[in-house]
Amino acid sequence: MRAGLPWKRFRRQFRYWLDRSERQRLLSEEMEFHIASMIDELAAQGMSEKDARAAAHRRFGNMTQRSEESRSTWIARWMSDLTQDLRHAFRGMRRDVGFAAFTILIAGLGIGASSTVFSVVNAMLLRPLPFRDPGRLIWISNGNDSTSTQAEHYTDLRALNRSFSDLAGWFGYYRVGDKELTGIGEPERLTSVPVTGNFFAVLGVQPAIGRSFTTEECQGKYSAPPAMLLSHSFWRRRFDSDPSVVGRKLTLDNRPVTVVGVLPASFDFGSVFAPGTLVDIFVPWPLTDKTKPQGNTMTIVGRLQAGATVPGARAEFTMLGKQLTSQYPERNPIAPRLVPLAQRVSGGVRPALFVLACAVGVVMLIVCANLSNLQLARLGARQKEMALRAALGAGRSRLLRQVLTETVALSCLGAVLGLVLAVAGTRGLAHLQAFNLPLLESVRIDGRALLFTLLAAVACGVLFGLLPALRVAALSLHEGLQDASRGSSAGKRHAWVRDGLVVSEIAFACILLVGAGLLIRSFLRVLDVNLGFQPERAAALRIDPSFRIASLAQQNSFIDDALNRARSVPGIMAAGITDILPLGGDRSWQVSAVGQVYGKSHPPPEPAIRVVSDGYFAAAGIPLRLGRWFTDRDRASSDRVVVVNETLARTLWPGRNPVGQGITQDGGRRVIGVVGDVRHEALETAGGPEMYLPMRQTGDYSAMELVVRTALPPDSLAAGIRAALRPIDPNLPVREFVTLQDLVDRAVSPRRFLVLLLAGFAAFALILASLGIYAVISFSVTQRVQEIGIRMALGASAADLQLRILLRTLGLAALGLALGMAGSRVLSSALGSLLFGITSGDPVTFIEVGTLLIAVAAIAGYVPAWKASRIDPMVALRSN
Amino acid sequence: MGTGKPKADLLPGTLDMLVLKVLLRGHLHGYAIAQLIQQLSDDLLRVEEGSLYPALQRLELNGWIEGEWGLSANNRRARFYKLTPDGRKHLAAESARYRQVTGAVARIMGFA
Repeated sequence: MRAGLPWKRFRRQFRYWLDRSERQRLLSEEMEFHIASMIDELAAQGMSEKDARAAAHRRFGNMTQRSEESRSTWIARWMSDLTQDLRHAFRGMRRDVGFAAFTILIAGLGIGASSTVFSVVNAMLLRPLPFRDPGRLIWISNGNDSTSTQAEHYTDLRALNRSFSDLAGWFGYYRVGDKELTGIGEPERLTSVPVTGNFFAVLGVQPAIGRSFTTEECQGKYSAPPAMLLSHSFWRRRFDSDPSVVGRKLTLDNRPVTVVGVLPASFDFGSVFAPGTLVDIFVPWPLTDKTKPQGNTMTIVGRLQAGATVPGARAEFTMLGKQLTSQYPERNPIAPRLVPLAQRVSGGVRPALFVLACAVGVVMLIVCANLSNLQLARLGARQKEMALRAALGAGRSRLLRQVLTETVALSCLGAVLGLVLAVAGTRGLAHLQAFNLPLLESVRIDGRALLFTLLAAVACGVLFGLLPALRVAALSLHEGLQDASRGSSAGKRHAWVRDGLVVSEIAFACILLVGAGLLIRSFLRVLDVNLGFQPERAAALRIDPSFRIASLAQQNSFIDDALNRARSVPGIMAAGITDILPLGGDRSWQVSAVGQVYGKSHPPPEPAIRVVSDGYFAAAGIPLRLGRWFTDRDRASSDRVVVVNETLARTLWPGRNPVGQGITQDGGRRVIGVVGDVRHEALETAGGPEMYLPMRQTGDYSAMELVVRTALPPDSLAAGIRAALRPIDPNLPVREFVTLQDLVDRAVSPRRFLVLLLAGFAAFALILASLGIYAVISFSVTQRVQEIGIRMALGASAADLQLRILLRTLGLAALGLALGMAGSRVLSSALGSLLFGITSGDPVTFIEVGTLLIAVAAIAGYVPAWKASRIDPMVALRSN
Repeated sequence: MGTGKPKADLLPGTLDMLVLKVLLRGHLHGYAIAQLIQQLSDDLLRVEEGSLYPALQRLELNGWIEGEWGLSANNRRARFYKLTPDGRKHLAAESARYRQVTGAVARIMGFA
């Protein structure tokens, strides 16, 4: 019988509520009939008409109250109260537009910042990765986080393991612009990722058009893939989203390759696995091919089988790793390390996001304190109104609710503004392509962010309305009317609350400023780091020949030709070729010195390997320490030579002159020079050992990056270089002209992102805190106009008065500062890994922040002090 | 939600049951309902107007009774209520429950 009843009841209630005025009228009519019937009856009993009427009305009681009671069955009381309160709130806002606008603006800025930060956290940490059942995807690296695995090991692991339903991998050493697309319009270098045939199946990604690779397509030659898949962004950019491109043959590195499909827009390889990189195409990686890249080149992900756990899989892979390492001593050792994919993708940004979330929370607290203060000041002016309401029978809870309704309504209007800001903010962030932050492209306002905004708005409204509301509720009628009668001491308690709010604002602002200050100083330290190369006025361009190089002689004549032509361009000061740009890769070998014995306890060092031509060191700005650089005479036929950096020289030949020493690798080479260390991984970490091989003596590299040092801004020379190189390769694309400064900027972009946001928050907090100080001081001045008037009439000088007010301001500021400093000292250690070159207690930062805050407080307090000193005593005493 | 509580001299929910029971006799307006309850209880139970109208609104909201406008005996416009099928079912359930409760109370008090 009760099934569906609540719903029916709710629908009826809603209908009644819709025609509430009609129902109200009918209810009165019904009650009037009741009274009329009573009168009739009483009259029939012999009462006079007039007496009967009076008696009936007496018995029926207050008709308004009765009807209100009856009505409350269909309109919840709070609902009618709410509409009434809202009407009041909006009327109040119209009456005091300036106050309302200011509140909405401040709340909007705070809520906008919160929603934006939430959207970033949502995209990077909360939202699942854009794959099928992403919780079961595991990242499998080798030894440590960044090392990849030998393809042969992958094949064995895939066959032997029982924890995963399948393993897939991709070539971890693909480079931006590996493949050259020609034959259709402008030639272009494409970024291509070789993947195993099951890669998309393991991730659970279906091509939007066409199909994935067939087994047959995965058995061709590594260097000549028969098929490719297009990424959605490349398809849209290059082919205008034309579906007929599927099935066509395109020319890739002078070979025909069939487009078999287009991946969906939701699959953005770069944003998940290689932030800041745009991947254009995917090609199959044949695992049977003898020409596949050797060494640790494969990055593996696996999908856990139903029922399998990460610890279980870890144990199995540790065992398999040991087994494979001892079974195949000729292969590279393997020590599989399993991490859930989501953790691997966004684990690195977690500390920064945590700091941002805390910072925006503190900003919100300051916003609330500020608005609370404003509301309190405004309530002071509205005390009479409130007292009158209380006198007319509004209960305490009713008044409390009214104030809260007002503040929540204001804060919700602020949220509308905040949402506009957050949408703009997230759009802006999502388009920061040069920032290598994972999943940044997927930052947007979604349903979850909307819900968050709503909650933030309500919480903000309640928080900043709570103190004023309690104050109103505590205000007795007596006190209210008395207090409003004369502008004397407006209640000591009241002033105390407002001072407390300002002090907490200053303290919170101090914490934010210290945090931002520490990160800004770290950022400056990072930018100040000696990179080991000079990025200013240096630029790079990929010039791999589109023909296949058959011999070292052919290669060297290409290098000679390219370098001569590049150097002849006016404005070029130096030019050289390298296979890996600074900050751009981590190829490394073990290297041992001739005559040294190495063992398990004393392993040979593993320097990063760079293959460079003559002129590269000068072009990149890498200084020579000893011996000589490569020249164009270091060729295939001449002595096999090598250049090492200072760290490698120190490691291999401690205390001895490295020039002239020999190494055993790569057929044995002799050291001819020592160069300075280059930070090739990140700006924050020292480069470690490095070794440079002369490009003219080897074919063992996978890219040719022409690096030039220019006298003019590099961009202005791009066209000139292209024109100069066209004769040797007419298809040379020049779009990918990248300055070394761009590489540095990209490397520091996550730090820049954090610093920019945090500095913005801190500046906002500082403005709010100074407004708070200003508001409180000028309020206390207006409250004490008479007192000031009397003091001045009695001979107090303007300077005296200013000093008094200023001292009060500075007292508040000093208290806030002391609390904030103590808080910062405790909290700043949480920044830990984000700091660089300074400690979390960096005295310079603390002193600077303290000086800044005191200065701002002094200015904020001086304005009302100055105004007070210009009060005319006569006017002040006559007012009221 | 509702603030119209039955007066303390009736068990909670009893007024609703009485109104439904009285309406078994046919279409009645509010005044007649009050009168009838008073008469049937030999003037023992007096329905307060302050409770009656909220109760009628509540019953109507629950879909147990339906009101419609008509003319009273002395030609005044009045609102007449009738029992719905849902209301009949609810009345049956409520009477059974009430009998149980009063029986239990009576047994404890030693009236039975």
